[in-house]
Amino acid sequence: MISRRDFLQATVAASAVYGASGIGNWARLAAQQALTQDQLLDFDTMGNVTLIHVTDIHGQMKPVYFREPEINIGVGAVDGLPPHVTGRDFLDLYGIAPGTPEAYALTYVDFVSLAKGYGRMGGLDRVATVINSIRAERPDALLLDGGDTWHGSYTTLKTEAQDMVNVMNALKPDAMTSHWEFTLGIDRVNEIVEGLPFPFLGANIFDAMWDEPAYQPYEIFERGGAKIAVIGQAFPYMPIANPGWMFPDLSFGIRDERMASLVREVREEQGADLVVVLSHNGFDVDRKMAGQIEGIDVILTGHTHDALPEPVRVGNTLLIASGSNGKFVSRLDLDVRDGEMKGFRHKLIPVFSDVIAPDAQVAAVIDEQRAPFEAELSEVIGHTDSLLYRRGNFNGTWDDLICNALIDEREADIALSPGFRWGPSLIPGDAITREDIFNATAMTYPEAYRSEMTGEMLHVIMEDVADNLFNPDPYYQQGGDMVRVGGMGYQIDVTKPQGERITNMTLLKTGELIDPEKSYVVAGWASVNEGTEGPPIWEVVENYIARKERIQIEPNDTVKVIGA
Amino acid sequence: MEFTRRGALAVGAGAVAASVLPSFAFASVDDAVAAFTGGAELGEGGLTLTTPEIAENGNTVPVSVDAPGAEAVMLLAAGNPSPDVCTFNFGPMAGAQSASTRIRLAGTQDVVAIAKMSDGSFVRASNEVKVTIGGCGG
Repeated sequence: MISRRDFLQATVAASAVYGASGIGNWARLAAQQALTQDQLLDFDTMGNVTLIHVTDIHGQMKPVYFREPEINIGVGAVDGLPPHVTGRDFLDLYGIAPGTPEAYALTYVDFVSLAKGYGRMGGLDRVATVINSIRAERPDALLLDGGDTWHGSYTTLKTEAQDMVNVMNALKPDAMTSHWEFTLGIDRVNEIVEGLPFPFLGANIFDAMWDEPAYQPYEIFERGGAKIAVIGQAFPYMPIANPGWMFPDLSFGIRDERMASLVREVREEQGADLVVVLSHNGFDVDRKMAGQIEGIDVILTGHTHDALPEPVRVGNTLLIASGSNGKFVSRLDLDVRDGEMKGFRHKLIPVFSDVIAPDAQVAAVIDEQRAPFEAELSEVIGHTDSLLYRRGNFNGTWDDLICNALIDEREADIALSPGFRWGPSLIPGDAITREDIFNATAMTYPEAYRSEMTGEMLHVIMEDVADNLFNPDPYYQQGGDMVRVGGMGYQIDVTKPQGERITNMTLLKTGELIDPEKSYVVAGWASVNEGTEGPPIWEVVENYIARKERIQIEPNDTVKVIGA
Repeated sequence: MEFTRRGALAVGAGAVAASVLPSFAFASVDDAVAAFTGGAELGEGGLTLTTPEIAENGNTVPVSVDAPGAEAVMLLAAGNPSPDVCTFNFGPMAGAQSASTRIRLAGTQDVVAIAKMSDGSFVRASNEVKVTIGGCGG
């Protein structure tokens, strides 16, 4: 049933324009000459229901570069399965020609060269144009936001997410779920939720004291003569992966039994013909959940930032992966009749910002949010000669830069930077503005600590984080990438159990193995502990970049990965 | 990640306890099970043990058991220095044979429940609960 036809249409059309230009030539073609908005939005409307999915926007209202991962290892049963396929393997798997717009949007291959040709992606004013075009064909299409929306930029931090709330409200979503939203603190979240013109869903969010549901679990919509249940699933490991003290009375978790009982409830008591889970579980957790729980038709996945050009099917459940940072919008048309999903048509729409025209109304709302901060945002702090990106299982160059800044500015032996998946990219030659620094660091617990740790403690931390990424059972993973390390190299065998994965930890400045008994000065940021002290990380990074003026990141070969 | 000494030491201590004490701990689990079952064979099914996959707070982990028709359910934390948690006894007037409590876990380990059914048979259920330093949720 999964047809490559729709997605390939764009590829074929693009190839026709480029002819046999091959790699290297096309990058010079301005994107707007080769692609058209009509081509990107072309869709043969089918069935009676349309779902529009956006997720993990991370406060990015303006177009960005976002390099997809080079290393994205799957362990256990998901080894080698999407989304754990990258680069040329990804292109081969989906039959995408190198150098095409799709290759640029979906992989890291030739990223810098293609970025120069095809330009930035996303921008919520362009996303608005895509949504409007879909609504022109299907006025009652459901727009569903997978969360990580109220976080991740300078203006989002300064306005406590009012900027994103205002812009998203202009897009008129029908429901959302959450993760980083809660790092605004529980009072602010509830203040926003009270004024929200659509439901904030989280079936797995409970009151910690009484173990009672804390937020609306689902909403029933009537569309095209069908009853559609949308069940929200927030990020399950909120109080573990992020500071629990910011929302002390809430408990999360995967809660399979809860999900199973809600699916039964919406089908049997509410008469739902279609069950959609709007999820922030992460792709592998959703894939497992789809196999454990009967009766879910569609899972709109989020959290792990994967962009897949086709649905992944688990039994009768479709898993949709819509990327991050406003780079993509997924459109899913469904034929729902007699309480069943009879057919579907899917397109992952890449939002090429130079091709899709901004919606004037939403562009004005975005400008309004940014206007008070324009001077601070646009201040140029330095320039980069290297590609700066974060996404990938191990060190990205943005984190190498942050680690270098921590070691230099905080006089540390070793630096640790969290394995976040958010943070757009900069291409060589770009100015680094204050906005760019905040795009990689903006959050509500930014203190750059400096402390002493023994080698043994460092090893415990590395093993703990590695298990949160490489535990073969996705229900035991927390969903971040590996902690980024500066000043220390190590070897990791992803196939080993916790306690045996990390070996050969080496202090780079001396070349000596880390001594378990010895203490090292460690600088880092984003501690989940209340009362952590230190300057905000963006200040550390800004001082460092201002002092260096030009940033060059050497290739990082300090992490040796085996078993993948 | 939580990079403070306190957090790391807490987990480190848990790991040490688990690695130093297994023979003692496992013998103790076996003893506790034997005392409860009288050495009877352990079956499966009819007992639902609900625990989080990853504990939000290792000091207070919600655990619930549901065993329709059971007379008693024993709960064990196999990796704790003292694995005995409690035994729920259900009288003949009990409307439902289910119970919830919160337990403290020294580190990542299996939580085990054993139910004594009304026909005198015993069933076992076990879940791994991970206790982690946390942080790094991308």
